[in-house]
Amino acid sequence: MLGKAAGWGIMGRSAIWLPRAGTVFLFVFLWSLLVRIGDYPPFILPGPERVAARLWALAAEGALWRHWWATAVEVGLGLGLGVTVGLALAYPLAHWRLFEQMMTPYLVASQAVPIIAVAPLLIIWFGPGLLARVLVSALVAFFPILVSAIAGFRQVPLEWRELFRSLQATRWQTFWKLEWPAALPVIFGGLKISATLSVIGAFVGELISADRGIGFLIKQGQGLYDTPLVFGGILLLASQALLLYGAISALEHRWVRR
Amino acid sequence: MSDRPILSAHRITHLYPTPRGEILALREVSLTLRPGEFVCLVGPSGCGKTTLLRILAGLLLPTRGEVWLREQPLRGPDRRVGIVFQKDSLLPWRTAMENVRLPLELGGWPPLEAMERAKELLEQVGLKGFEQAYPQELSGGMQRRVALARALAADPEILLLDEPFAALDAITRERLNEALVELWERQRKTVLMVTHDVQEAAWLADRVLIMSPRPGTIVAEIQIPFPRPRGADRWAHPAFLQTVWAIRQALGNGGG
Repeated sequence: MLGKAAGWGIMGRSAIWLPRAGTVFLFVFLWSLLVRIGDYPPFILPGPERVAARLWALAAEGALWRHWWATAVEVGLGLGLGVTVGLALAYPLAHWRLFEQMMTPYLVASQAVPIIAVAPLLIIWFGPGLLARVLVSALVAFFPILVSAIAGFRQVPLEWRELFRSLQATRWQTFWKLEWPAALPVIFGGLKISATLSVIGAFVGELISADRGIGFLIKQGQGLYDTPLVFGGILLLASQALLLYGAISALEHRWVRR
Repeated sequence: MSDRPILSAHRITHLYPTPRGEILALREVSLTLRPGEFVCLVGPSGCGKTTLLRILAGLLLPTRGEVWLREQPLRGPDRRVGIVFQKDSLLPWRTAMENVRLPLELGGWPPLEAMERAKELLEQVGLKGFEQAYPQELSGGMQRRVALARALAADPEILLLDEPFAALDAITRERLNEALVELWERQRKTVLMVTHDVQEAAWLADRVLIMSPRPGTIVAEIQIPFPRPRGADRWAHPAFLQTVWAIRQALGNGGG
């Protein structure tokens, strides 16, 4: 069993990356095929080479990195804040029924209202700066992690709880050595959803008010009928979601034993 | 060996609330464990053996009655009472060594000493070389050995075992029972083991307590007079078979 796990390193990696590269290639190929067959004008559907050229031009101006980074900062802070608040609320919600009954309506309501409706309000309250966009991102990111962490804390098997009780573990020990590691696999599931949502949140914030960021680029592209720029922006957004997802999966691989 | 009880239950009655009313799980159960004794508790399934064990471990407060640990009433879990659960309770994110070390960590042992002791215990239960293995990588029997080593780590005076080897095949089970007896002979803990296997009880125990079906109560107590060590040749002794039969009968009289 151990031998098999060790053998995974080299074989496993190429076994994953080869088909991945293949699907990317196929996607780009079908995309350019579609453009050629349909003979669409670039402002309707630009081919991959036009989008790549547009991104290249943006990079040459030095703007690409600046916008990408601006969004990345919002996503990072938004996700960090959302995860912190989500986890901090999850523990008392999982343990105290009364607190759960008091809070649940507000938590659910916060998710029932579309973020696009709340975002303008946050910008009125907190100004057009970074803070409002981080808050928009955090607001969508906190819910999945909250729900998954509550489920994770609650499904700790009774035998394990009794073991800790019989060993007279303190509340903190029970949390740190039992509840947290036991809930971690479930929390990671929620974290992955939160991560992708935090990108959407930051983007929505930028659409409404920003002078930089990928949302700003896309809005600009829309106004100028610079469709290659819009496509490029979409790819940039996707790149952030993918990067986050990959980083979280790597952490999960290291921390979670199945 | 002093004759003062180390753990005793006095007229324990326990009711379980259910949506359809209360269920009487235990009725007026009294028992006494003396230091160094190996006692088996035998009874039909569903007779409240596990409930009784949880009460004796301080994990559950009985509806009526009291448990005494030496000269004091037991009010909650106590580190002097260790328990091995029926269901597997190893933590999958910890290696065998880390699982055994858990009680020591929680008790605030210095990490290095805790590691030394965990290693020693794993060796004692026959798992030298498996310190770094995760529970999923161990066989069922080996997992039970880790659980046993973990229960011993806190150095309890009393060990409560809830059908610890029930899920194992007969051969593995016999080996683990042998290992358990060997550990007990070396460490002289007081052991109370729940089982539903009559032969196992007759083989392992100094004394066998027999419980009736629900509401559980102790209906008989049988002394096992055979000298130790009790090897495989026990099967050749008619007296052993008679004792097994006597336990079987007592179980039958209880209505099981």
